[in-house]
Amino acid sequence: MGLNSAQKEVERGILLTTVDKMSHWAQKSSVWPATFGLACCAIEMMSVTSSRYDLARFGSEAFRASPRQADLMIVAGRVSQKMAPVLRTIWEQMPEPKWVISMGACASSGGVFDNYAIIQGVDHVVPVDVYVPGCPPSPEALMFGILKLREKIQMGLPPKYQEVAMARGGAS
Amino acid sequence: MTNDVGIIERLKNHFAEGLETVTSIDQPTVIVPRGQLLAFAEHLKSVEGYVMFNDVLVVDWFPARPRFEVVYQVYQPETRQRFRFKSFVDESESMPTMTGVWAGANWPEREAFDLFGVVFDGHPDLTRIYLPDDWEGHPLRKDYPTGGNRID
Repeated sequence: MGLNSAQKEVERGILLTTVDKMSHWAQKSSVWPATFGLACCAIEMMSVTSSRYDLARFGSEAFRASPRQADLMIVAGRVSQKMAPVLRTIWEQMPEPKWVISMGACASSGGVFDNYAIIQGVDHVVPVDVYVPGCPPSPEALMFGILKLREKIQMGLPPKYQEVAMARGGAS
Repeated sequence: MTNDVGIIERLKNHFAEGLETVTSIDQPTVIVPRGQLLAFAEHLKSVEGYVMFNDVLVVDWFPARPRFEVVYQVYQPETRQRFRFKSFVDESESMPTMTGVWAGANWPEREAFDLFGVVFDGHPDLTRIYLPDDWEGHPLRKDYPTGGNRID
C-alpha cells in the first residue's frame, strides 16, 4: 500500500512523450525569421513583432540579420527579377530545416504588378510553405500564417522544399 | 520661382536657325536639331549659367518617326530658373552625350539607354543601370510586352 501510493506520487510528476514530438515542439516554439523586408508588407511584418501584437508570445520575435541564424524566411513584398537571385542566395544560406512564408498578394502572385520587372509569385524562386493573402495582410493575418506554420511543424510535416525533393524521388 | 522670359529670344538670336519654340505652361521650352545639340548645351551652360543638369526623359512616339523625343531639364541655381530643351532621334540613330558638358548627365543617360534603348555617342560607360546586365530589350518602349513573365 505504501509502495503503491509512492509510485503514484512519482507518476504524477512524469510526462511521457516521444523524442520527435519533443523536438517538433522545441522547433515550432523558436522559429526565427530572417530580416528580409522588400516592400510595404515589411511595415506590417515589423509591427507584428512590436508590443501591440507581440509575436514574442510565439517565440518568433527574433529577426536575425544573418540568414545563418534564421529558419524562416518571410517574403514581405514584391520580388523583382533583379532581386530574385539575391533572395534565392539568402534562402540557400539558411540552415535546414527552413520554412518560407509568402506574405501578401505581390509575393504570392505578383499582385497588381503584372509587368516585366516583377516575379509573378515567389514560388517560382523558392518553395513556399504558407501563403498569407492580403494587400498588405494585417499583422493578425501574418500572425495567423505563422501559427499555421507552427501547426505544420508540430504535426511533423516536412518543409516544402523537402516535400518537393521527395516527390522528385531524390533523398531529402 | 520665376521663368527667364527673355531666354528664348536671346537663344534664337544666337542660334540663327533651327530652334523651334514649344508652347509650355510651366517653363521655356525649345526643340533643338540634333546636330546643334552640343553647341547649344555648351552655350546654355557657359553663357546663360544653367550649370545644373536635372534629368533626361524620353518619350516613345511609336509608330511615328523619328520615334524618340529626348527631353533635357536644366537649372540655373543663381536665378532659380528652369529650362527645357528637346530633340528627336530614331531607333537607328544616336544622340550626342551631354556628359562632356554636364557630368550629371551620366546616370540619367544610362537610364534612358536602359529603358528605351536610346544610344548616346561618346558616353563614358553606356551600360544598363537598373535592369540585370543580361536583360533583353528595353521595357519602356511602346512595343515591349506589358504583361509579366508567365512561367507556369
